Amino acid sequence: MTDATADASLEEPIFDRGAPPIWSFTVPMTALFGAFFGFLVGNANGAPIPGVLGGAVYGAIVAIVAMTMLHDSRTAFRWGLIVLTAIAGFIFGSWGAALAGGIIGAVVSWWVYWIGRGDYRAGVPIYSTTGQTLWHNTYLFICGLIFFFLIAPIITIIPLSFNAQNYFTFTPEMLSLSPEGYSVKHYNDFFTNSDWQSAMWNSLKIAPMATILAVGFGTLAAIGLSQPHVPFRRAIMAVLISPMIVPLIISAAGMYFFYSRVNLQGTYLGVVLAHAALGIPFVIITVTATLVGFDRSLTRAAANLGADPVTTFARIQMPLILPGVISGGLFAFITSFDEVVVVLFVGSAQQKTLPWQMFIGLREQISPTILAVATILVAISIALLTTVELLRRRSERLRGLTPG
Amino acid sequence: MSDATQDGPVLAADGRPLKASLRSALRRQKMRALLLIAPLLIFVLITFIAPIADMLFRSVENGIVSDTLPRTVVALDDWDYGSGEVPDEPVFEALFVDMYDASERKIHTRLGSRLNYEVTGVSSLFRQAGREMEDIGEIYEDQFDALDENWTQGEFWAQFMGDPDWYSEAAGAEDPGPTFVMKEGMDELLPLTAEAYQMFATFAQEEDEDNVATEDPWALVHARLYQDLTAGAGEGYDGFGAEELAAAREAVGDFESTTYKEAFLNVDEDWADLEIWGTIKAYSPNYTPGYFLKAVDAQLTPHGVEAQPDDQAVYVKLFGRTVWMSLTITFMTILLGYPVAFLLAQLPMRQSSMLMILVLLPFWTSLLVRTSAWKVLLQQQGVINDLLVWAGIINDAGRLVMINNQLGTIIAMTHILLPFMILPLYSVMATIPPTYVRAAKSLGATNVTAFRRVYFPQSVPGIGAGSILVFILAIGYYITPALVGGTDGIFISNRIAYHISSSLNWGLAAALGSILLAAVLILYWAYDRIVGIDNVKLG
Repeated sequence: MTDATADASLEEPIFDRGAPPIWSFTVPMTALFGAFFGFLVGNANGAPIPGVLGGAVYGAIVAIVAMTMLHDSRTAFRWGLIVLTAIAGFIFGSWGAALAGGIIGAVVSWWVYWIGRGDYRAGVPIYSTTGQTLWHNTYLFICGLIFFFLIAPIITIIPLSFNAQNYFTFTPEMLSLSPEGYSVKHYNDFFTNSDWQSAMWNSLKIAPMATILAVGFGTLAAIGLSQPHVPFRRAIMAVLISPMIVPLIISAAGMYFFYSRVNLQGTYLGVVLAHAALGIPFVIITVTATLVGFDRSLTRAAANLGADPVTTFARIQMPLILPGVISGGLFAFITSFDEVVVVLFVGSAQQKTLPWQMFIGLREQISPTILAVATILVAISIALLTTVELLRRRSERLRGLTPG
Repeated sequence: MSDATQDGPVLAADGRPLKASLRSALRRQKMRALLLIAPLLIFVLITFIAPIADMLFRSVENGIVSDTLPRTVVALDDWDYGSGEVPDEPVFEALFVDMYDASERKIHTRLGSRLNYEVTGVSSLFRQAGREMEDIGEIYEDQFDALDENWTQGEFWAQFMGDPDWYSEAAGAEDPGPTFVMKEGMDELLPLTAEAYQMFATFAQEEDEDNVATEDPWALVHARLYQDLTAGAGEGYDGFGAEELAAAREAVGDFESTTYKEAFLNVDEDWADLEIWGTIKAYSPNYTPGYFLKAVDAQLTPHGVEAQPDDQAVYVKLFGRTVWMSLTITFMTILLGYPVAFLLAQLPMRQSSMLMILVLLPFWTSLLVRTSAWKVLLQQQGVINDLLVWAGIINDAGRLVMINNQLGTIIAMTHILLPFMILPLYSVMATIPPTYVRAAKSLGATNVTAFRRVYFPQSVPGIGAGSILVFILAIGYYITPALVGGTDGIFISNRIAYHISSSLNWGLAAALGSILLAAVLILYWAYDRIVGIDNVKLG
């Protein structure tokens, strides 16, 4: 390496952590970004080319104003742009357009500071080349898209469930945010339709019973399995975990054949037993995981102080493993509550559960009530997820670990 | 053994040798552990393992042929399909007796539908034969009736065949009366008649709950009596009905008669079809590989094992498609899951916990919710198509078909199974020390080299664990393919469900299920070797 090249590389702007050039970088980039939104808006109104031009001009003006005049008052500028663009949208269209304008304002104003202040380089080392920086941001963008893919389908159905029409897409009224576009009639249907109501009550009758069975047997067995000397531990574990591994359709087929032989097919008891069997692996896994970190000297200390094994279990061991037991129970509950394949075969019309009713609805006469039910189930899932997470933290705190 | 002064074994506090004391303590511990596990183990064995075993058993069980046609199966022993000849009279005679009994019990149609899986047309052949059996017997019944009306009277027959003590008790008793007892020596005197009458009596009492003492016997009994008498049996009888029997012995020589073979061929010419007989013989053992052969598009025919004709060969293709689509889905989850897991492992705890919620929420959401979401999004009038039309990427007439085909199944299942890839990948990546990559870079590796040579090899166990997990789950999926798969996006599971609930070919369903189960268990074993089932983590 000669001195000349070394000197030249020192002058490379990649070592400069200051703001990138405004006129040759920030303004064109923002104009490009604005043009993209302009294209979308213009396209929706049948005029893509003027849209692109308008968007580019909008982006360029935003960049110039933000970078030359309001470089340091980011928050104020962002709010100002959101409000201004929303008002422009409202004049142009209605409430829906105002919302779109607000979103565009928020995104473009974020973009202009992200680009203009060089924040896009914050995640990469100072010596990274332009290509590396570009790759890093592309990678983040791809990850964003994957997260979007994960979450968007679930989020989308929530507004759709308030659709006033019997459609499965956003109607123009919904997009313009007009109140006529929305209604709770699908929820009304769910709470008044006898099919859905009986399905819901069946689910609520089956899942708790299955959970109680799974948790009762499962906790005892998990305590047994966590003893230091268990003969055939691996084989027993394999048998107990197997309901989780065997494909549901095979479990369903086997249970259908076998339960028909012993007259359990089509009975409440049959469905409860089947669901309890399916929930057991989850209880075993969560409770044994809690017991792994359990300090055995505590039970020995209790015994030393004169407690009998039952007292030791009730007063010492149980409170400590309770979080694990409850989250195992929640897993077992959700397994039964969401389960459809086994109940489809083992149950009869009297045991029609909520997922079964949804399955029929999706298969035969697809009705928007399903989306209302789905939204309610998503709410339940969020509640359960939060509970499990809180329990996990509590359990780790009880065991003296730092919650992660 | 630090106590050098003491001789003999070391003693515990209670005076027993320490070794024995420890051993019994260990045994007690083991017993206690087993006692705690036992209730659940028994519960799982009964509610889950027994059903699976039952399914495996059903996939080979085939008692129906020998249960329904016991005599025919025995008579067919001497017959060989390779001879190219239709079985002889004894086989048809046995078939007549079996079929008569089966048609009275109305179980011949069940066997007909079972054999219809192997040769089409058997079902109607059996149903028709069942209707005609009585007519064949009536040829003789009518002639005996013409000879002496007593031969069609239930009371006469009961006294003729039955034990006198039994009859005195049964006569006038309420239905079904005491269990029929055969008169001593009757099965030697008129062996065929006695057998047929016993069949009738058992059926009348157990199935119809009638009193045998008054019930008119089947025409089968008359046919068998004719058979006995023409063979010269019935000599030297002096009990009840001796006169009538002697008269009948005289008369049978002039009776109009037919061979059973002719009678069956009159009912339907297909009874001369070698395929029918070959199939009955091929499926007469109690256990058959037939269902498994069917499941791999082969067939157990009289000629041995043959491949199914192309238009019926669906299962190998379906297994292939199931595996192929599961592999595609697994690959897609790696493709989408790896970058996300990598990001989650690199970010500081606070941010990664926030992003983890985006992974865990779909994981916790009901499968049906996610499937219905995709059904709504992907349909032709759905959100994605609307969005594409709105953005001008496609025009209104060219809306994409993304549902009820393989694409729909792959998209929806990739979404549903993605968390199962991300979670194991993340837990492996979180344990890779970041210093390794830094060391590689400081030794001159480029980013790509450091990733390829240092980071990626360490993350491979995560890919392996996630892939097996996703593949196991995908290969047995039923709900999502059923709802968004249409006809060409369905999996083997959907076919199993079809055979259980629609075609009622349970044996085939069980065989398909057993093959699937075997595949999953092999993968499960591999998973256990790579990850260990104890290390499965949830959430």
